[in-house]
Amino acid sequence: MDAILLQILNGLDKGSAYALIALGLTLIFGTLGVVNFAHGALFMIGAFCAVTVQRLFSLSFETIDETQTDFLGNALKVKTPYVEAWFGPQMGGAIIDWAVPLAILFAIPIMVFVGYAMERGLIKHFYKRPHADQILVTFGLAIVLQEVIKYFYGANPIQTPAPESLSGIVNLGAIIGMDIVYPVWRVVYFLFSLLVIGGIFSFLQFTTFGMVVRAGMADRETVGLLGINIDKRFTVMFGIAAAVAGLAGVMYTPINSPNYHMGMDFLVLSFVVVVVGGMGSLPGAVLAGFLLGILESFASMNEIKSIIPGIDQIIIYVVAIIILLTRPRGLMGRKGVMED
Amino acid sequence: MLGMNKNDTRMLLLVAALTMLAPFILNPFPTDSGLAQFNAGYPDLMQRFVIFGIFAIGFNILFGLTGYLSFGHAAFLGVGSYSAVWMFKLLAMNVIPAILLSVAMAGIFALLIGYVSLRRSGIYFSILTLAFAQMSFNLAYSVLTPITNGETGLQLNLDDPRILGVSQTADGSIPVTNLFGLEMRSTFEMAVGPWAFQFNAGYYLCALILLAVFYLSIRIFRSPFGLMLKAVKSNQQRMNYTGLNTRPYTLAAFVISGMYAGLAGGLLASMDPLAGAERMQWTASGEVVLMTILGGAGTLIGPVLGAGFIKYFENIFSKINESVLHSWFSILPDGLEDLLVTLVYPFVGKGWHMTLGILFVLVVVFLPGGLVEGGQRIVSWLRSKKSDDKAANGKTEPAE
Repeated sequence: MDAILLQILNGLDKGSAYALIALGLTLIFGTLGVVNFAHGALFMIGAFCAVTVQRLFSLSFETIDETQTDFLGNALKVKTPYVEAWFGPQMGGAIIDWAVPLAILFAIPIMVFVGYAMERGLIKHFYKRPHADQILVTFGLAIVLQEVIKYFYGANPIQTPAPESLSGIVNLGAIIGMDIVYPVWRVVYFLFSLLVIGGIFSFLQFTTFGMVVRAGMADRETVGLLGINIDKRFTVMFGIAAAVAGLAGVMYTPINSPNYHMGMDFLVLSFVVVVVGGMGSLPGAVLAGFLLGILESFASMNEIKSIIPGIDQIIIYVVAIIILLTRPRGLMGRKGVMED
Repeated sequence: MLGMNKNDTRMLLLVAALTMLAPFILNPFPTDSGLAQFNAGYPDLMQRFVIFGIFAIGFNILFGLTGYLSFGHAAFLGVGSYSAVWMFKLLAMNVIPAILLSVAMAGIFALLIGYVSLRRSGIYFSILTLAFAQMSFNLAYSVLTPITNGETGLQLNLDDPRILGVSQTADGSIPVTNLFGLEMRSTFEMAVGPWAFQFNAGYYLCALILLAVFYLSIRIFRSPFGLMLKAVKSNQQRMNYTGLNTRPYTLAAFVISGMYAGLAGGLLASMDPLAGAERMQWTASGEVVLMTILGGAGTLIGPVLGAGFIKYFENIFSKINESVLHSWFSILPDGLEDLLVTLVYPFVGKGWHMTLGILFVLVVVFLPGGLVEGGQRIVSWLRSKKSDDKAANGKTEPAE
């Protein structure tokens, strides 16, 4: 029982990342009808926003401290981060420690801007072109973004630790009398992703803007005829989708040190998630994300691996193939979406 | 000739001339000159030109004719490589059985994967093939290690059985791949003045095979079968409404292009008998898509051009480093030199992929027909200019 609960938990944090990326992909696909192969790159850029913020906070200047001396008796040079000098050591230290969560504030405008620029600069010219062209151009764009990041940050993974108070482990089972020890940050990641998903859904459900966007997803032409500039709203949605991917990336950095090709690794899986959930269905994307994450973590249990070796490597693909062949629309796919 | 019209014959002869004379064409600079690094006339690179040419020709039969964009073709290349190496390990070092087995194995794999994937079209097809390819890649890395030798890659050993050959040569080393005794790595070098031209046996084998499969692809393009595939691309729905089942045709195209990929994989292993899982990764599949698009999807000669273009620049660009750049711009004043070097540096050497990505985006945006379309545009532009001149001279020609 403990083991099963633990596997479900294990699946949740990976599933959250899948769900967030797949949600963004579906938003873009449902609104603009574009298959965005560069979405993994957006996830990666988000992760590197966190790296950048952490580096900015740790920028320091050197002073010569007369009170401390090294073993030769010379005065020691002490590095003080600017943040500590401005806000005092207590506050400054806390800011550096909390760099990853604080990076969210920086990542949102940056990601919205990146998404906006991508849509206006490149993708808007591809609405009328075949899906193959859209795949190809976004694939090329993904390569470029990846290489730009590699040029500035190098090819090695960069450690970005979580805040100290959130980087330990917690015994989640204590309440129900079981022993389930789990890293705190992964719990935070899961809760955060729920928050973002909830935010997106309520934005679409309860605001006028969201209502217009939903109407546009259902029938773009009619909304346009009503005198609403739907293209402009869809561009904003692209920015929001980019921000969702970016936030998923920011918060993922303490779980896995970011490197320049992390986006590509996640992209293939997220596409599979979108297809399993049903192209164009937002709840489907979220559901399939968590489901596949949990399935994957179950498949990597030793008991299961000893029955079917290698199942943990391929389970997601196997599920995708079965779903596509038996339920071509995916779990919650809408009728008439991508059925050419 | 050979059942082709005049244009196609001319194209085949052009490709034949290009491949046969490649050691000369690709070696325009004397070996001791500063430009010698732009020479591509060494066996290893020339082999890769033609092998990836074969791969791209095969991919084009599927993508160019039917419009089905497969993102998993590298899997067949990998399967081909593995089968060829196994043939070298178990049977003999002759390349013929190895290549035959790799084509057959790739064909079987393509039949299985194609049968499932072709049930869906459009983006779903791309994702299904991608899923299959990633699955094969992951399996090759993990569970199938007894067959694929995992991360190390499959290599020849001294104690392999090699039933029809010898486990090791008289001096105790691993035998080399050959074609009835003609070693694939044997190279004849011809020195003409400052130039050194290399003629490699393996390269010429690959080139002859390329010509054969290029001829085959011309015949496929011009056959009723090819016409049917083109009809699938332009409007599959209409084909279905006329009561025609298109799936056998698309499946046949898929299997043929898979066999081409297997052939390319087998040749890769024949030239250098090792096989690794990274050949199956989806970035490798992306590369062949890139070659086909860059050259011109749906055209006959495009994929060959695209493959040559990408492989050439991959090799040459990635060799340029900072000191080479400095030596190029050394005539300029110092400040300007450094500025130019810092501007250019991100795009060469290790940054080659950046150039590739930018090129990719530009080609898809501005030149969806690839290099072939670019060439045609230039030709027609020149023609129109010429006819303008004639019109200005007052000599109008009757319209055709």
